[in-house]
Amino acid sequence: MFFQQILNGVTVGGVYALIALGYTMVYGILELINFAHGEIYMIGAYLGIIFIGIFTVIGLTQYSIPLAILLSFILSALFCSAYGFTIEKLAYKPLRKAPRLSPLISAIGVSIFLQNYVMLTQGATDKVFPHILETTKIEFFNLTITTLQVFIIITSLLLTGLLHLYVMKTKTGKAMRAVAQDKVMASLLGINIDRIISVTFIIGSGLAAVAGMMVAMYYGLVNYSIGYIAGIKAFAAAVLGGIGSIPGAMLGGFILGIVESLAASYLSSEYKDAYAFVILIIILLIKPRGLLGKSQ
Amino acid sequence: MLLLKDIYTFYGHIEAIKGIDIYVNKGEIVCLIGSNGAGKSTALMTISGVLKSKTGSITFEGEEIHRMLPHRIVAKGISQVPEGRRIFPKLTVRENLEMGAYTKSSKLRVKSEKLKRQYDKVYEMFPVLKEREKQMGGTLSGGEQQMLAIGRALMSKPKLLLLDEPSLGLAPIFVGKIFKTIKELNAKGLTILLVEQNARAALKLAHRGYVMESGRIVKEGEGKKLLHAPDIKRAYLGE
Repeated sequence: MFFQQILNGVTVGGVYALIALGYTMVYGILELINFAHGEIYMIGAYLGIIFIGIFTVIGLTQYSIPLAILLSFILSALFCSAYGFTIEKLAYKPLRKAPRLSPLISAIGVSIFLQNYVMLTQGATDKVFPHILETTKIEFFNLTITTLQVFIIITSLLLTGLLHLYVMKTKTGKAMRAVAQDKVMASLLGINIDRIISVTFIIGSGLAAVAGMMVAMYYGLVNYSIGYIAGIKAFAAAVLGGIGSIPGAMLGGFILGIVESLAASYLSSEYKDAYAFVILIIILLIKPRGLLGKSQ
Repeated sequence: MLLLKDIYTFYGHIEAIKGIDIYVNKGEIVCLIGSNGAGKSTALMTISGVLKSKTGSITFEGEEIHRMLPHRIVAKGISQVPEGRRIFPKLTVRENLEMGAYTKSSKLRVKSEKLKRQYDKVYEMFPVLKEREKQMGGTLSGGEQQMLAIGRALMSKPKLLLLDEPSLGLAPIFVGKIFKTIKELNAKGLTILLVEQNARAALKLAHRGYVMESGRIVKEGEGKKLLHAPDIKRAYLGE
């Protein structure tokens, strides 16, 4: 029972981690809490349903289901990257020199707009993710894990690892760290700040889309309001791990997922959504900058 | 090479520069001296495009640059070492230099044969940077940080180097080393615009100098002439 709940927690935690990466990257560079980020995740889930639907109609799912799913992931990520890119250009860039509260309010506005936009175009009722992939259960030591769970855990670990490598090793990744530390100096060295910020939004949104589609596959249901609570929890995960830190976001995501799933089964599932914040408060009381946060 | 005409720059709501004209010829060391708050750093930031002038124009090698974004100006060949050095503390020494070479490196990789020579040159100039290659920038001493800052600015192979208070807060042995480096760089053909509070050292080094006071140029002329001008001696050289 205990280890089973940990497995379930790691699965959800992986999803939180992927969303948290977007929060942490944007905060690292712009010191902006991008409240619209949860909505990108929600749109990613819807796009997943839409693309799977399209592939079913054109017959690709009959040919190869894994290929259809893979293509849906890629397309959903690309579309969400376009959303992220556009949101930054329209809603945040014009406010870059404004007081810090202004882009925050703008972010909340974008979040409300996107929720309502999806509600109007997709309807207010739950949408079902087509059940095209048969998941098999793997049993070992009295534990059950589905192939889908394995897929979610591996994908989130893999993407986090790739992102970490990208930021540490590539030219653009290094420039992202430089911009996060000192924007003016970075521009004095010839780094195009606007481009780096765009790349940050594109990557973060793509990861959120992947998370959204994985959740849609895992729970089977999608609603226009799922971005709100998932976004807030992923934000809590980012703060928990130390906002601005990529390994921190991953750690925070997994801790949150595990705690939530343990508390839901041992304490009470009614308060499932509250445990994340209890943990957040406790950790921040002990380590105000989060687990892996930069000390200054 | 560089020509500033009728530059007015606001820093927040303060009018930091009130109409200045400056020119720098190829191969020169030109220094800008003046007390704190005279607008010297603002002038450099205006040339680099971080701050924008309300009026006038800045031309570099015959091309207007005052509407360009800072990263475009770097690509044109103007590099700045700003006041306070501004090393990236959480990037290694090597990564700091890589960022300096940002405009010169290929899209994906930070390494190339052409660039390797530039790294070697910088390491030859400042061997301590080679030793500390893998250390975080923030762990270097003030003098080492200044060397890294200059080395980093040279990575983009600039035609014109803007130096803002390179000797500020450094131990005397480093001050001598930095001024020697400036002289050597100039001898190799680099044009330099130098902002300094250490007016004596700067005027000795410079071919020409400008004296700024509350946002205006109040005097200009050959370095040696300024060094012996009675009013400059009184105000800036403490004689």
